Amino acid sequence: MSKRIIKDRGIIEDHWQRIADDAALPAAGDIFVSHKRWQLDRAALLARKARLGVIIGNGVAAEEIKDDLQHFSLVAIEFPQFKDGRGYSYARLLRERYRFPHEIRAIGNVLRDQLLPMWRCGINAFELDAGRDLEDALSAFNDFSVRYQPAADGEETPFSWAS
Amino acid sequence: MYKYNDIDRKIVNERVEQFRDQTRRFLAGTLGEDEFRALRLMNGLYIQRFAPMLRVAVPYGLLSSTQLRKLAYIARTYDRNYGHFTTRQNIQYNWPKLEQVPDILAHLASVEMHAIQTSGNCIRNVTSDHLAGVTPDEIEDPRPYCEIIRQWSTFHPEFIYLPRKFKIAVSGAEQNDRAAIKIHDIGVYIVKNAGGETGFKILAGGGLGRTPYLAPVVREFIEKKHLLSYLEAILRVYNQYGRRDNIYKSRIKILVTAVGIEKFRQMVEQEWEYIRDEGRLTLDEKKLEYFRKFFIPHTYDESAATDASYPQQLKADKDFAVWAKYNTLNHKVPGYRCVFVCLKAPGIPPGDATSEQMDAVADLADRYSFGQIRVTHEQNLILADVKQADVHALYQALEKLNLATANIGTLNDMICCPGLDFCALANASSISIAKQINAKFNDLDYLYDLGEIKLKMSGCINACGHHHVGHIGILGVDKKGEEVYQIQLGGSAAEDASIAKIIGPAIDKSEVANTLEKILNVYTAQREDGERFIDTYRRIGIEPFKHAVYGAEVKAAANA
Repeated sequence: MSKRIIKDRGIIEDHWQRIADDAALPAAGDIFVSHKRWQLDRAALLARKARLGVIIGNGVAAEEIKDDLQHFSLVAIEFPQFKDGRGYSYARLLRERYRFPHEIRAIGNVLRDQLLPMWRCGINAFELDAGRDLEDALSAFNDFSVRYQPAADGEETPFSWAS
Repeated sequence: MYKYNDIDRKIVNERVEQFRDQTRRFLAGTLGEDEFRALRLMNGLYIQRFAPMLRVAVPYGLLSSTQLRKLAYIARTYDRNYGHFTTRQNIQYNWPKLEQVPDILAHLASVEMHAIQTSGNCIRNVTSDHLAGVTPDEIEDPRPYCEIIRQWSTFHPEFIYLPRKFKIAVSGAEQNDRAAIKIHDIGVYIVKNAGGETGFKILAGGGLGRTPYLAPVVREFIEKKHLLSYLEAILRVYNQYGRRDNIYKSRIKILVTAVGIEKFRQMVEQEWEYIRDEGRLTLDEKKLEYFRKFFIPHTYDESAATDASYPQQLKADKDFAVWAKYNTLNHKVPGYRCVFVCLKAPGIPPGDATSEQMDAVADLADRYSFGQIRVTHEQNLILADVKQADVHALYQALEKLNLATANIGTLNDMICCPGLDFCALANASSISIAKQINAKFNDLDYLYDLGEIKLKMSGCINACGHHHVGHIGILGVDKKGEEVYQIQLGGSAAEDASIAKIIGPAIDKSEVANTLEKILNVYTAQREDGERFIDTYRRIGIEPFKHAVYGAEVKAAANA
């Protein structure tokens, strides 16, 4: 039941399963769950052998999981609408302040034209809206070759260039 | 002025190609209406009543003659031969074709201009004092800091989908605020602290629209090197905690008011603690100097003040003397003057300029003012560095261009949005009201007698015409299909900022100028020596004005 997603600027087969709040936990396989489920089923989730991920965004701030990050191999940030930009700040906080080293994935209303700024904020995996052309979307990472400000992508900026 | 380096050029050129591709995908049907809408807005492109409207950024209101000629070319080639200068020091085109916008952007990029973030829920074009660098009353030229903010905010990846639009303004003259700092989402004053060090005072949460607020102070003093980290902290707090459920409650002013300035300050300072010393946003002296060197003063003629012709011409040419009194200002360098290019000629929509006028002003700037032009938030242009010996010749040239109406600062120098004539958001016409007022108050001597009056008019609640902060504000509203007008008094966007009060029920379209006359009669009858309209209003209150406008009507109705 795998599907194709964009990760680290390439297209991959994704094996993570998103488990609904009312669904039973599968015996095996990497899963990610809502923040609510994580709070309710913490012990059962930690007892599993496979990797675990959690969903934030859309009402759950990055700050709320900062003390639990060692348990997660994936944090998914939900964008309820592409115009809801809270997730960009959450991503930077996860990457730059809380030093989360694993996958940060954008889910929800995720579109080609937002991939580069999301990447720059530290999001490295993207579940695009159904039916979107992933190959075409990859070109979005090259929309700009230079940046004006420091962010989570750590590339050179004119402010450092100017000094 | 600022000159692009390779990075700046690359960014605007890549932006043109990105937008060209987005437009292509939209026209091909692979990019949805709603998705394209957010993308085109971030490039200043609205779909308006009759055609798209393209808003072009004029960073902090500063243009070179080359840039102004390009704006004229665009108006001539892609529009109907004119452009509209706005209250945010930008220019708007009302008739471009969607499929031609990428080409227009390419033309702009060729002269180091763009339309990036002139709309949308992102950080908009930074605005400033139109007298920056030439006024004797400023602590320091704010433009290097404006340019730093422009670069930091351009395509900032974290802040492209804020809860709502976000406007930043910077002034170096807190005591004579010409940049309307207190009505901005973030306002920055360059100030000196008790130790004599120059830094910034940061205000946040000002704004007009449906619920007008003046911005409270978040921090009295911040060192120069921390400017960007502090702005980033404010934006990060706003991006996470600003409301997104209701478009009318999404501006930062609502967040600041809801949590209170104390709590808001605490949130900002807490965020700032984390990033302040990271160093990545620190503006060390070397970086500041890099940006300052673009704005060093021109090489002024030291003998300019020895000129004897200017005082003679003032004596000999009475019209010139009147014009010079209203439409020119002192310059910090003796022998130079700042000259307004008036875009408020009677019968012309306030802020509009034709291609011919723009080309001619560009030539005049080359000849008389170091090739630079400024756009004011009150919708005029300025040639800021004119030798007094040249002022008379410049005046004659401007007269021929219909750009020398001697009304700067008077009632007829009104701020006015495009209104129902162009704007899809508007509820009522504003340009026709401007014409009605021009026609009624066509006696310049009467206008001069009235003195300084800031008249500001908007065609809808969004308040692009800043009606809340007019000494007299006019707001067009729709009442069951009729255009009616609400009159407000007592606002100011300057250092004495205040929000105007509504005097009573909205009045009919045909009665706006007559109502103004009644209000002005109260002022002329009650003013004391040297009092401006706003001073008299503040002294006597709203009641006498209310009575003059509504008292008579009530009597007339009773007699009928």
